[in-house]
Amino acid sequence: MKIHEYQGKEILREFGVPTPRGVACFSIEEAVAAAKQLGGSVWVVKAQIHAGGRGKGGGVKVAKSLDEVRQFAGQILGMHLITHQTGPEGQVVRRLLVEEGAQIVKELYVGMVVDRVSQRVALLASSEGGMEIEEVAKHTPEKIHTVRIDPTTGLTDAEASKVARDIGIPDVANAQAVKVLQGLYRAFVEKDAMLAEINPLIVTADNRVVALDAKFNFDSNALYRRPEIVAMRDLDEEDPAEIEASKFDLSYIQLDGNIGCLVNGAGLAMATMDIIKLYGGSPANFLDVGGGATAEKVTEAFKLMLRNPNLKAILVNIFGGIMRCDVIAEGVVAAAREVHLNVPLVVRLEGTNVELGKKILADSGLPIISGNDMADAAQKVVAAAKG
Amino acid sequence: MSILINKDTRVITQGMTGKVGQFHTFHCKQYANGANCFVAGVNPKKAGEQFDGIPVYASVLDAKKATGATVSVIYVPPSGAAAAIDEAVEAELDLVICITEGVPVHDMLKTRYKMQGKKTILIGPNCPGLITPDEIKIGIMPGHIHKKGRIGVVSRSGTLTYEAVGQLSALGYGQSSCVGIGGDPINGLKHIDVLRLFNDDPETDAVVMVGEIGGTDEEECARWIKDHMKKPVVGFIAGVTAPPGKRMGHAGAIISGGQGGANEKLAVMEECGIHITRNPAEMGRTMQKVLKG
Repeated sequence: MKIHEYQGKEILREFGVPTPRGVACFSIEEAVAAAKQLGGSVWVVKAQIHAGGRGKGGGVKVAKSLDEVRQFAGQILGMHLITHQTGPEGQVVRRLLVEEGAQIVKELYVGMVVDRVSQRVALLASSEGGMEIEEVAKHTPEKIHTVRIDPTTGLTDAEASKVARDIGIPDVANAQAVKVLQGLYRAFVEKDAMLAEINPLIVTADNRVVALDAKFNFDSNALYRRPEIVAMRDLDEEDPAEIEASKFDLSYIQLDGNIGCLVNGAGLAMATMDIIKLYGGSPANFLDVGGGATAEKVTEAFKLMLRNPNLKAILVNIFGGIMRCDVIAEGVVAAAREVHLNVPLVVRLEGTNVELGKKILADSGLPIISGNDMADAAQKVVAAAKG
Repeated sequence: MSILINKDTRVITQGMTGKVGQFHTFHCKQYANGANCFVAGVNPKKAGEQFDGIPVYASVLDAKKATGATVSVIYVPPSGAAAAIDEAVEAELDLVICITEGVPVHDMLKTRYKMQGKKTILIGPNCPGLITPDEIKIGIMPGHIHKKGRIGVVSRSGTLTYEAVGQLSALGYGQSSCVGIGGDPINGLKHIDVLRLFNDDPETDAVVMVGEIGGTDEEECARWIKDHMKKPVVGFIAGVTAPPGKRMGHAGAIISGGQGGANEKLAVMEECGIHITRNPAEMGRTMQKVLKG
C-alpha cells in the first residue's frame, strides 16, 4: 500500500528524521493560508499523487510570493499530472503539500528495501540524489552503497556513519546523518514497509540533513496490525476496479487488451495472459479468484471484467485442485445468467470433478465455448475476440 | 526414491484443528500411505484430544517426542505462521512446510534470521506443499493428477505446478517429487536448492522448472545448472505480459527496479542450456522432445 509524500514525512518526523515544515492542502485558499502560516519568502507547492516523477510533469513549483502560491496551487490542483509512472492518462491532483523552501547544497539518495538474496533489509545510498536510483544503478553502479542490515543490531552507528561519508555528507553533519539513517531503518521495520525512499535527502547551507521527499510502500499482508497506516490510504489514487476486487478478495489488475481472463492462482493467471499474447491476442486484465472461489466471487469477477469498455471476449481458465470444477461451473453459469453476458465466453476446466463441471456448462444452454486444454482455449478466445 | 519426503516420512500438522487444516489433513491422509504418515497435530488448547484419529499435542516438541515425526506442515493463520515455523525449527525438525498465505514479510525476515545455523529446511510460506506420487502428499495439491515416475517438478506457483504435472501425466511421464516453493519474496528453499536435490536423486531423470516474474532466483539457479546439473531441465517463466511495478497476486511477483522481468529470465535460462518454452501449454511436450532426443 502506498501513501502520499506528506504522510510519509509525518512518519519520518515521528522517527526523528527532519523534513521541511509543510502543510497538506486541499484547496487554493488552504494553500495560501498555509504559506502565510509557514512564513518566509519562498515556498514549494507540490502535487500529492502516489506516482513518482512529479517534478518533470509540472507538479512541483517554487513560489516566491503569496500570489505565486495562489497561481501554482490553482494550476496544479485538478490537473491531470502525467509522469512515467502514471500512464498516458495521468493522475488527477486532489491534494497539495505547501512547504517552506530549502537551501540545497547537496542532493543525495537513501532507500530501504527487502533484499531477497540476503533475506535482510538493505540500505541503499548514493551521492546521486534527485535521479532515479534505477538509472544510477544502470550507468554508475559504483555510486550505490549497500548495507545489508543485521536484524539483531539494526543499522549500527559505524555502518551509518560510513555510508554518510561514502555519499559525501560533510563530517560536521555526520552525527545527524547517522540519526537520519537509523530513523529511516526503524520506520521501515516498525511500520512493516516494503520500500522506503528519501530522494532527495539534502544537505542544507547550514549543514543540516533534511528529507526533501518521502516515498513509502507497505506490506499489505501486515496492514492488519498497522491501523495508523491503513488510515492513510487514499482510495482516489487507486484503480476503482482494483478497489472493488479487493472487497471480494479477488486480485485484479486492469491491462490494455480486450480479452478478459478469470483464473485460479496467480502463476496460472500470468501464464494465461502470456498464452493469449502468444496466440496473437491481448489480455484485458490479470484476475486471480484464489483458492476458495464461490459462485458469488465468480459473479463479481465477471462484473469487474465487464466494466471494461474494451472487453471483446472472456477466457475462464481453472485448474481445480481443492476448488472443484463443478462448483466453478455452477458459478460461471450463474454469473453468465446474472450479468447478461454479451461477449463470447471460452471456458477451460481441468482437475477435480472436471467431467461434472463440463456437463454443467453443456447443460446450461448458454453459448459457452469449451476449451480442451490451455492452448485450445487460448486459440479459441483469441479468434472469438477478433470475431 | 524421491527428494525430501517418502512413504516412511512422519508428519506433524500445525494448525490441524482449524478449518483449513482439518480439510487438507483429511485429504492428505486419504492419499497413498497418508494414513500412516500423518501422526500428530499441534494445538496447546486441545492437547490430549484426537482429530480424525490423529492425536493432538501441546507443542511441536511434544509431538516429535511422542511420535518420532521429523516433518511438519503449517496451516496456522498468517499472524501466527512465522511463530509456528520458529517452533518447528526450535524442535529441530528436518523439514517444515508452511502453506499459509499472507505472512508479513518482516515476520519472515526475523524467522529466516533465527534459522541460520539450524538444521531445519523450510519450504514456503504461501506454497502448495510437496508430493512424492503414490507415497505421500503434504499440502493442498490435488493428488489424483500425479503419477509415479522419474521427472522432478519445482515451481513458485500452485495451479501452474498442477498445469505442468497434468501435462506430464497426460503424456505418460510420472513424477519423482513435485515441490511448490511458494510465491513470497522471503522464503525457504529456492529453485537452486531443489535442483541440487533433484540432481543428486538417482530416481530423477529430468526436471521441469517453473518460475515467474520478480527477483533473480531463476537466473541464479540457471547459472548453477549450467555448471553442475547432470540432467536435462525444461523451463517456463510466467509473466511475459506483466507490466512493471504491478504486483501480480504473489507478494514476490513484481518487476521492479528493472529486475525480475520474464524475458530477461528466459534469456539467461536459455543461455545456460535450459530447454525453455514460452508456451505454458507446451511444458509437457517440451520435456517429451528433450527425452526422446
